[in-house]
Amino acid sequence: MPLIIGMSVLLGCQFLGELLSKGFAIPVPGPVLGMVILLVGLLINGHVPDALRKSGEGLLRYLTLLFVPAGVGLMVHFELIRADIWTLAITLVVSTAITLAVTAKVLDWLARRYTQGKQ
Amino acid sequence: MMNLVSIDQLWVYLSGNPLLSLLVTLIAFIMATRINRWLGGSPFVHPVLVTIALLIAFLLITGIDYATYFQGAQFIHFLLGPATVALAIPLFDHRERVRRMLLPILVACVTGIGVAVASTLGIGLLLGAQRETLLSLAPRSVTSPIAMGIAEQIGGIPSLAAGLVLLTGSIGCALGPMIFRMLNVKDPSVQGFTMGLAAHGFGTAQSFASLGAMAGAFAGLAMGLTGMLTAFLLPLITALFGL
Repeated sequence: MPLIIGMSVLLGCQFLGELLSKGFAIPVPGPVLGMVILLVGLLINGHVPDALRKSGEGLLRYLTLLFVPAGVGLMVHFELIRADIWTLAITLVVSTAITLAVTAKVLDWLARRYTQGKQ
Repeated sequence: MMNLVSIDQLWVYLSGNPLLSLLVTLIAFIMATRINRWLGGSPFVHPVLVTIALLIAFLLITGIDYATYFQGAQFIHFLLGPATVALAIPLFDHRERVRRMLLPILVACVTGIGVAVASTLGIGLLLGAQRETLLSLAPRSVTSPIAMGIAEQIGGIPSLAAGLVLLTGSIGCALGPMIFRMLNVKDPSVQGFTMGLAAHGFGTAQSFASLGAMAGAFAGLAMGLTGMLTAFLLPLITALFGL
């Protein structure tokens, strides 16, 4: 039973998120709003119920598997990708590297300064 | 004597059945995980990439098209929704640390999005990418459901955007650990946050798997925050580039 209760809570939050997203034409997808709703609920409740933790952490452990079906969809775009392959490859690799480096450095520096300032 | 159904009749039945794609997806994932472990966990043979490659090869060899495959695989795809919601759990567990770092997190997030979009458009323009490709590339560091929506809004191709998002995710997983080592960034919460920002769900999954629950929580936070902020910031940045 705990798995079913946990799953119901997760799907319920996602459902509310979808309602908000579609109902108010918010450009953020339902599951992300559902995450915010669940977080607010947990903050009000004060702790994570065992049933929810069991199903939630079970899903998160296999998060990578869940991207596979969408990833296989790349095969549909072989033609488009082949036409622009070098532009795409260079842009993706260089820009991802720059983003990783800048974000890591900025946050590392800010976090250190900020926590030191507070102590 | 028993009446045996001919092999090709059996295959026609099986290849159109959701059961086959579901089973093949799980088996490919198990094989990819084994291959990755066998090669010492190298990020260049990321289990997800290997799984996707194995499955594409399987579909091309057997001649099953993507739509048929997806009929079975959608049961796995569907779980992405509740899994995204479940990210609230690690976030709640580490709420004290998140609260303490809230200001640095917001500043880093806006900076990171700016750098991601500006460098993508800048390099793309420099290399002469077509406008549609460029606009499909722009939201590439955002989780795919959000990226598809944004691409459509600014005039890109949603399904291509989704594919580029996945490539970005795997590139981020391969580059991340190297870049952290080069820049001497050791804090797991900083690493997790950066992975979630630059490589969305892939980065989040990898952070959970290799850096632990706190890094995973920060990655999930970054993924959600980046998705929401990019939806609002991106149209402004593309306007700046005159696109």
